[in-house]
Amino acid sequence: MDMVRTEKLIFEYEKRDEDGNVTGTSRAIDEVDIEIKEGQFIAVLGHNGSGKSTLAKHLNAILVPTEGTVWVGGRDTKEPEELWNVRQAAGMVFQNPDNQIIGTVVEEDVGFGPENLGVPTDEIWQRVEDSLKSVGMLSYRHHSPNKLSGGQKQRVAIAGVVAMEPKCIVLDEPTAMLDPVGRKEVLKTVQKLREEKKVTVILITHYMEEVVDADRIYVMDHGKVVMEGTPKQIFSQVEKLKEYRLDVPQVTILADELRKRGLIIPRGILKKEELVRLIGGMAC
Amino acid sequence: MSIRLEHLNYIYSPGTAYEKHALKDICLEIPSGEFVGIIGHTGSGKSTLIQHFNGLVKATDGKLFYNGENIYEQGYDMRNLRNEVGLVFQYPEHQLFEIDVMTDVCFGPKNQGLSPEECKKRALEALRLVGLKEKYYHVSPFELSGGQKRRAAIAGVLAMRPKVLVLDEPTAGLDPKGRDDILDQVAYLHKQTDMTVILVSHSMEDIARYADRIIVMDHGEVMYNDEPKSVFAHYKELERAGLAAPQVTYIMHDLKEQGLPVDIDVTTVNEAADEIMKALGNRVSETSESEQMEKER
Repeated sequence: MDMVRTEKLIFEYEKRDEDGNVTGTSRAIDEVDIEIKEGQFIAVLGHNGSGKSTLAKHLNAILVPTEGTVWVGGRDTKEPEELWNVRQAAGMVFQNPDNQIIGTVVEEDVGFGPENLGVPTDEIWQRVEDSLKSVGMLSYRHHSPNKLSGGQKQRVAIAGVVAMEPKCIVLDEPTAMLDPVGRKEVLKTVQKLREEKKVTVILITHYMEEVVDADRIYVMDHGKVVMEGTPKQIFSQVEKLKEYRLDVPQVTILADELRKRGLIIPRGILKKEELVRLIGGMAC
Repeated sequence: MSIRLEHLNYIYSPGTAYEKHALKDICLEIPSGEFVGIIGHTGSGKSTLIQHFNGLVKATDGKLFYNGENIYEQGYDMRNLRNEVGLVFQYPEHQLFEIDVMTDVCFGPKNQGLSPEECKKRALEALRLVGLKEKYYHVSPFELSGGQKRRAAIAGVLAMRPKVLVLDEPTAGLDPKGRDDILDQVAYLHKQTDMTVILVSHSMEDIARYADRIIVMDHGEVMYNDEPKSVFAHYKELERAGLAAPQVTYIMHDLKEQGLPVDIDVTTVNEAADEIMKALGNRVSETSESEQMEKER
């Protein structure tokens, strides 16, 4: 079944002058058609201002289309009566953990979501415990969030979303403010959620290394989807990616560099293990 | 010409329940003209440390010398220090406020008491240095893209012609091209003007590529203070401190483990490629030599 589907999605921001009169529009999303199946890991890449975040905000009806349609779990996000169902189906995690945490104690913060959904108290506690366990933060349940590291805070934010039991989690640059270990922790957590809870994951990021395990990557530019494919297909096209202000993982650059120097190495090497195996083979 | 810290300590909210010893007995020196990288886990004290460099935060105890003068000495010219040490905060674009880019960049020099002509001259120079196109000089800073805003904000600091430029995660949230553009620009500035650059970053790859020396912070203490090679050789300790080595460093370690005679002190893609070619070259010629001998026999 389709978790998310968009058809000719168009979104236009209105430009206004100082008196609030509309002076024009700017098109942030331009006829985007995407289809994401349940349980998939989808990555969205694109430069600043390419429309990634605007697209993400359509997936839980923070924004609704100017034209075209978005279905989340089969529900049209434009229908006002579907709003809460859509929001429950797709949870969002943003860049800055400090802006997403409101509780003074970790477990309280995680319980906020289900409480708003009207979940019975006993079940809230069960969900809080389960979701903290799934992000590996259960032992911090009685801690104050502001004493946690960046990666830990972000995991608490993820637990807060997980507690609402969404079918789909949309992460908009969740690692941009984290140190390397924090980044790893968050990605591992997301991976685990996919495996254990079979949630659909949509990850928006500027770190190319984070998306090498994705089922499919969409590259956006000027509000349009300009590339679509598996990580191997996408990262084989280094020059094209550079045109879109993107990059490839460092190991892919190294593999390219070695190819330029005469080694026989295929395009689209994404993981260090692959490259190490290839070079190891040459040395024998 | 340098920044020198002697036994510097900083404690947030001393005597309250929120007391936090953010910097512990920091001793270090940053000579003039160096490109220094600062890395450390979130909450390790990086930002607190750099806010001492221009006197924005005053140490709880210890000394900070700028060009040999203790800045905590009574009567020290703090204003001058702030003119010389330019600090670019995290997300500096949040501080843009003027009606257009040019006016915003002029704000710093205007506060230095310079004439309008001189302000404009310096603003133009700074905007060129950060590579912002002329067509944007007279638009509202809020109409720019993320990367452009960030450049405009950095220009605002450069327009004050600092001798030391401190950047706190200048590339967080930027796309890869924006990331490279800003860092290349900073590296270019560093070369052209001999400006001291202090770069705080969570990208080990970027730090390895640009910095002459790396200061590693861990829970408020200096953990390492050395050239990139030596620092990243401690990749296991770095991981325990919330950090990592660049991806290529890991590749070299794995290759070495497989028996390929490569130098593991490698931190950039080019170095790694050279090193692998060298190691394979030796190996390939060794085998061809032995094949040769085999044949001769």
